[in-house]
Amino acid sequence: MSATVNVRLNVNGVDHDLEVEPRLLLVHALRDNLNLTGTHVGCDTSNCGACTIHLDGASVKSCTVLTVQADGAAITTIEGIGTEDDLHPMQEAFWANHGLQCGYCTPGMIMAGAALIAENPDPTEDEVRHGLEGNLCRCTGYHNIVKAVLDAAGKSREVTA
Amino acid sequence: MSVADAPSPTGNVGRAMRRKEDPALITGKGRYVDDIALPAMLWASFVRSPEAHAKVVSIDTSVAVGRPGINAVFTGEDMADIGGPLPMAWAPPGVEVANPPHWPLARGEVNHVGDPVAVVIGEDRYAVADAADDVIVEYDPLPAVVDPEAAIAGGPFVHEELGTNKVHEWSLPGGDVEAGFAEADVIVERRVINHRIAGAPIECRGVLADYRAGSLTLYSATQVPHFVRLFMALLLGLSEDHVRVIAPDVGGGFGQKLQVYGEELIACWASRKLGVPVKWIETRTENMSVAHQGRDQISHVKMGAKKDGTITAWHVKILADFGAYNMILTPLIPSLGAFVMGGCYNIPNVQTDIVGVFTNKCPTDAIRGAGRPEATQMIEVTLDQLAHELGIDPIEIRRKNFIPKENFPAAVATGVIYDSGDYHATLDKLLEHVDVAAFRAEQAKLREQGIYRGIGFCTWTEICGLAPSRITGPAGVGVQAGLWESAMVRVHNTGAVTVYSGTSPHGQGLDTAFAQIVADMLGVDPAVVEVIHGDTSMGPEGRNTYGSRSLATGGEAIVKATNKVIEKAKAIVAAELEAAPEDIEVSDGKFSVKGSPDKGMALADVAGIAYIGAVPEGMEPGLEETMFYDPENFVFPFGAHACIVDVDAETGKTKVVRYVAVDDCGNPVNPMLIDGQIHGGVVHGIGQALYEQVAYDDEGQLVTGTFVNYALPTAAEIPSFETDRTVTPSPVNSMGVKGVGEAGTIAASAVVTNAVIDAIRPLGVSYINMPLTPIRVWEAIQDAQSSQAEADQ
Repeated sequence: MSATVNVRLNVNGVDHDLEVEPRLLLVHALRDNLNLTGTHVGCDTSNCGACTIHLDGASVKSCTVLTVQADGAAITTIEGIGTEDDLHPMQEAFWANHGLQCGYCTPGMIMAGAALIAENPDPTEDEVRHGLEGNLCRCTGYHNIVKAVLDAAGKSREVTA
Repeated sequence: MSVADAPSPTGNVGRAMRRKEDPALITGKGRYVDDIALPAMLWASFVRSPEAHAKVVSIDTSVAVGRPGINAVFTGEDMADIGGPLPMAWAPPGVEVANPPHWPLARGEVNHVGDPVAVVIGEDRYAVADAADDVIVEYDPLPAVVDPEAAIAGGPFVHEELGTNKVHEWSLPGGDVEAGFAEADVIVERRVINHRIAGAPIECRGVLADYRAGSLTLYSATQVPHFVRLFMALLLGLSEDHVRVIAPDVGGGFGQKLQVYGEELIACWASRKLGVPVKWIETRTENMSVAHQGRDQISHVKMGAKKDGTITAWHVKILADFGAYNMILTPLIPSLGAFVMGGCYNIPNVQTDIVGVFTNKCPTDAIRGAGRPEATQMIEVTLDQLAHELGIDPIEIRRKNFIPKENFPAAVATGVIYDSGDYHATLDKLLEHVDVAAFRAEQAKLREQGIYRGIGFCTWTEICGLAPSRITGPAGVGVQAGLWESAMVRVHNTGAVTVYSGTSPHGQGLDTAFAQIVADMLGVDPAVVEVIHGDTSMGPEGRNTYGSRSLATGGEAIVKATNKVIEKAKAIVAAELEAAPEDIEVSDGKFSVKGSPDKGMALADVAGIAYIGAVPEGMEPGLEETMFYDPENFVFPFGAHACIVDVDAETGKTKVVRYVAVDDCGNPVNPMLIDGQIHGGVVHGIGQALYEQVAYDDEGQLVTGTFVNYALPTAAEIPSFETDRTVTPSPVNSMGVKGVGEAGTIAASAVVTNAVIDAIRPLGVSYINMPLTPIRVWEAIQDAQSSQAEADQ
């Protein structure tokens, strides 16, 4: 155990003051301290992307960020991007296109997909495939995930047009 | 495909309904084991062997247990009170299977890297990981055996007391292969290596055990909560009714979670010992080291045929590497392939001989397909080799040997009866999508430009829908369990319906598929049909999910229970409407008198009568039925797949350009779910063919302990898929359905292998074993080129 550090995180629009070990991974702060269990851990080596969140607007793997590094940052997790009654277009697209099976990689995929189309609103299939290569899925073979991201991009363009 | 979502009391079966499972999963409200916390819960972390094979000389836990936040450290000695070693549930009649004890924590010896030696229990997940590093274990290393061929040839022995590494010998002879070879004009022999792969679900394993006041509740990321409950009860000396196992949302299984694991038992035992809940969440490195792996067979295969391509005999000799221990079904797995070793062909003489062997590696057991991908790889790749040798087109040689449609149900040489099939139809449909003549012209043109493009085909069948207990059970194949399935259907006061299934799906979408089936039968909206599974206290004893069984076996149990509910409902309605029960039908969401659709009652009205107790005289109140269903036969899905690849001759790198899958899994319940299973299954097979391999060095050190060095395919390597279907209903169950969960994996590795060989044949490579990694393909090309150069000199 080491001395603790005070950090402030803004998570899904709410400020949280936490006292944490300097080594505490951000994903564990979200899951264990803030009970936001929608963000998952799948690999320990930053390969699988199940822990993907948005940190100050950028898509990052929260298993590779220390909580102290996120001090003062604004974080969005899967719980903050949309709700069952008000789904984010990416959540809606994953549902409509059968972009998930077991659902474990899904929060990370949705967060990565949302960040991808925010950066590139009109991606090609190839761009989506390469944009998601940091997120692993064992169930879907990616086919419907890619379809979902392209679908969400199309719908988002319709809304903004 | 468009997804239809309008609520409807009819016509749900067959449509691509959105999943009921998804709203929770897409909003972060899923509930996986690590999402569950209980008051006073402690954490567990394991001390694992860094040695492949060693005597454990001493274990010093004093430093670890003295660390702040640590409650206890336990070793195998502490667990002397458990009822026995971990289970192995296969006892084939007349076959001796060596089965040395497999203890949850090592007792004096470790037999593979990762074998657990001690468990540390403490207050948080970081503290226990730190303390595990402070447990000092002295090992006396023993020589390790890693190569299965060396292991079968002699020592060192994994289990010295056995005096051999051989686990068992098992044969399935059909016809007379020697007579078949005597008739043959040509014989093709190959050495087929089906290398070791990981299940690699994105959720690693995890358990949370809560023993209190004489009762145990275990949350486990498992496919088989009902099996786990039985063995927890037996090994902990608890009455089965005092053990509840819950599989909450499970983040993928792929066979890896079809297991009764030592970590489950240890968490339960420690919770009882300490009087508090104990949680263990596996790291990826642990998952890659100790969660059971799959395949790992070296086979010698021999195919005999007439000049016209008619296969006369097919003999397969498999050396199966089981790793260090038998897990629950380890030695059975290669035998599952033996029953369909003849594929979809009319081969009178088919024999499979299996030898199992221990090595100092992680144990193997069922991984998606379990024996059948290996069988398909052997026959489909060898058939292409034969076709080339005879100068016959690979498609024509398949057509020549197909079991004809009129032969079904077809008794085959391996002793099973294929339920239904129309192999020409799936192949015809595949060829509607793939213009082979145009491809060959394009291929020739590309070769002139130095681009090596190839096409591969695979026509396959498999055996699934586990299982008719009379065939698989103790007197038959020797599984020490019945493999029937159960279902309970409860209509509530308001007409809402709860279905409990003894299956335990973990991503397949069966909440949705089962709701579609029941909704149509009862004339209600699928939205009011709740499907529950994976909780041993919520319904009857079940047999879980594996072997593409959940729809064909579990779904049929649901149909039977629902039919009993309907029968009772009809009697109630008949009494109310003053009609005969046989004149009542379910139509347009109502129970009505045939020919008088205006006279009818909704299910809610029927349930109201059933629960108020105003039922006809002699009838019991309530509207709920339970059924057990043991199928008469397996089901045999089939299909025809094609794959086009480009191989870079300079680097050996293969790219999948196109993949077309035509599958037949009988009547479709939800085509969207079927396509999803095919996509994922195919990528598992492409992964094995091109990227994935569990590797050990010569000392038994695991080289692929993380996703950094175990190459799961990403979206960037994989193309989009083209899928289509033919529909040949199964006569085995009333819905005419077959399984589809393993189909893609069973087909895909052979298709890709055939495509790669087709691509690089002009470079002199006529045969190559998986994994078709760039280095291996490049080396094969180099070898072929230098032999060619030598021959030219």
